[in-house]
Amino acid sequence: MTTAQVSSGQTPSGRLSPGPRAKRTGGARRAERTRRALRTLGFLSPWLVGFSVFFAYPLISTVYFSFMKYDGFTAPTWVGLRNWVYVLQDSPFFWPSLRNMLWLVLVMVTCRVVFGLGIGLLITKVKAGAGLFRTLFYLPYLAPPVAATMAFVFLLNPGTGPVNTILGALGLPEPDWFSSASWSKPSLTLLALWCIGDLMVIFMASLLDVPKEQYEAAELDGAGPWQRFRYVTLPNISPIVLFAVITGVIATMQYYTEPLVAAKVASGVIGGSGQTFEPGYPDKSTLTVPHVIYNLGFQRFDTGAACVVAIVLFVLAMIFTGFLMRRRSGFMAAED
Amino acid sequence: MPGTRRKTTAVALAAAASSIALLATACTGSNDAGATDDPKAKTTLTFWHGWSAPSEVEAIAENIKSFEAKHPNITVNVVKGITDDKLNQALRTGGSNAPDVVSSFTTDNVGRFCASKALADLKPFLDASGIDPEKTFLPQMAKYTQHDGTRCTVPLLGDAYGLYYNKDAFEEAGITAPPKTLSEFDAVVKKLTKTKGDGFERLGFMPLFVGYETTVEHYGAGFGVTYLGPDGKSNTAQDPAVKALFTWQKKLVDELGGFQKLNKFRTALGDEWGPKHPFHTGQVAMQLDGEWRGKMASDAKLPFEIGAAPFPVPDAQAADYGKGYLSGTILGIAGTSEKKNAAWELVKYLSTDTDAVVSFANAIHNVPSTVEALNSPKLSDDPLYRTFVDIAQHPKSTHAPSSVNGGAFLLTLQDSGLAHEKGAEKDLDALLRKNDEQVDKDNEQAG
Repeated sequence: MTTAQVSSGQTPSGRLSPGPRAKRTGGARRAERTRRALRTLGFLSPWLVGFSVFFAYPLISTVYFSFMKYDGFTAPTWVGLRNWVYVLQDSPFFWPSLRNMLWLVLVMVTCRVVFGLGIGLLITKVKAGAGLFRTLFYLPYLAPPVAATMAFVFLLNPGTGPVNTILGALGLPEPDWFSSASWSKPSLTLLALWCIGDLMVIFMASLLDVPKEQYEAAELDGAGPWQRFRYVTLPNISPIVLFAVITGVIATMQYYTEPLVAAKVASGVIGGSGQTFEPGYPDKSTLTVPHVIYNLGFQRFDTGAACVVAIVLFVLAMIFTGFLMRRRSGFMAAED
Repeated sequence: MPGTRRKTTAVALAAAASSIALLATACTGSNDAGATDDPKAKTTLTFWHGWSAPSEVEAIAENIKSFEAKHPNITVNVVKGITDDKLNQALRTGGSNAPDVVSSFTTDNVGRFCASKALADLKPFLDASGIDPEKTFLPQMAKYTQHDGTRCTVPLLGDAYGLYYNKDAFEEAGITAPPKTLSEFDAVVKKLTKTKGDGFERLGFMPLFVGYETTVEHYGAGFGVTYLGPDGKSNTAQDPAVKALFTWQKKLVDELGGFQKLNKFRTALGDEWGPKHPFHTGQVAMQLDGEWRGKMASDAKLPFEIGAAPFPVPDAQAADYGKGYLSGTILGIAGTSEKKNAAWELVKYLSTDTDAVVSFANAIHNVPSTVEALNSPKLSDDPLYRTFVDIAQHPKSTHAPSSVNGGAFLLTLQDSGLAHEKGAEKDLDALLRKNDEQVDKDNEQAG
């Protein structure tokens, strides 16, 4: 062992020991790391403040209040699992709203994606008047949700609506639409399809972005229209399809205005300030989870139970999103 | 696309968190039951009310002007068209723009307002002013403005419910007087009904629970429904009046062609507060409604004459004919108000000053809520209106009891009624037992 070796910090046993020079270097590194961390935190601080105030605090509060009896006026008191038992076992609204949510997530989101993609495909193929069709399909999306819903309730009115008048004239069955528990969700789906403008634009942009050479190559290989769609279009736009599905699922889990307005107008309870209205008409068929949160938290002053429903919605949103993201990862990996 | 992935996750987090944040932000505010302000000091009060029709807004503005003239130190900032949903949030959060004095049309919420202390206890103010609410207000109105011994509201005009009828249609059908019992009523309804294809040209009466004023509690007063037992538990399965009401209503629905046919006709009718109300258009010949309908009908200049009478009672209760359902506007002081003494001056003036009550009642065609105002010679002598004043004073006229859960028990019973009228639930006893179980669970949760 040379002097040089000893001075560099290596012990006779061969292990390294922190010599005076090494100590100085380590301390400088730690100081540098701390400076970097503080700088990073400084840059991140606006986000961290926002995250803490608008996400972490509400989330922790919601969990806390889910174990409390709290009406928003008097001090909260501990009730253990009572709110959870009430919501999951005794509430007349929770399970119907969850069943409706599942129906809407499966049917309405699927219909919206398929229809939006279909319209996007058709419009990209149209040679003449494409601008007019784009405008026609996009315009309904600009209608305020309340106005659009009221217009749909009018159009689908079982007694006087033009849709049933036409169906009757053609000798077809005339559904009760928003007045029937079986037809109310399909009616909401029709309304969602009418307002498909946002998805149509996104799909159109992605469809126009598909390289033309790939279609030409596929045609040279003898691919038909379906094969071109299946093996060229779909792989190219799959990230957009998944984006549409994920945002559609989240929006559907937060569905509020349209079903509430439709239920109010269809039930006739629309104008009286003295009339109390519980959403879901008819037969809780249009009841959504956010309706239940609002009803419990803001109409029944039962913040604790409302927090339980909010947590369930949050967890479900996480599960749905996580599941879809995992599917996406697998899909993208296979594509790569 | 990791960027998209992060973005989507962020969207998901934000989306799910928004509903949570919505709740958490509402979880603030506090109550100050004390009243330390000087009512003679110069101050501005904020008063929220639910009226929105121009004539109503003008009438309340007139009353406020008179109040300000009598209390020059108090200025009132009036906010119109307030619904209970807005009111609930404002009462919770407080703040400089929150109301000091509030009114609501939803008498069913009194229990919730009093139990939660959203509205301040008015007893100390009433005592200090030497006002005995039991003697000042109509007995039923004095009753429905308190909950479980706590008086957090006072009545500001009332509503009484009765039967409006189309006199021309009556004459055409050879009917000489409004029916007094339900068997007479059923016969009149059928006589007045004219079918057209698979619908109606004119319906004698729309009995469905959904829409308009044919709710279970409005029918219930005629039957003497009690809703809750002496122990505070729901007793609809035990109360024969509930079974009688549901049975009669369903029988009438079936005799008129069934739920589907009536509901299809209902969806084609105009809305309750618009000029195309089916009673105005002659599409229904009789209507269960409040006293305001008389003014709305005369404002609409109907091409036929109308009459009003108490709603018919079950045959076994013929001696009680004249009774009806009572409701009205309630007035209270926000629990969060820091100007409660000044606010009480406004509440006292609006609810107990005879001239103020009478002029407001005449202007908006509501029933006065004080005994003195009811006996005032200045009160309108319009015969249609007077019918409802008489219903309000009938000793057996009632209002649904207050509950810690507000009107939730009524909405649950209404849902049961909807299920029964459409035939979704055929076993009425089982349906009402289920109704009681649900109401008790809801009340236990709210208690």
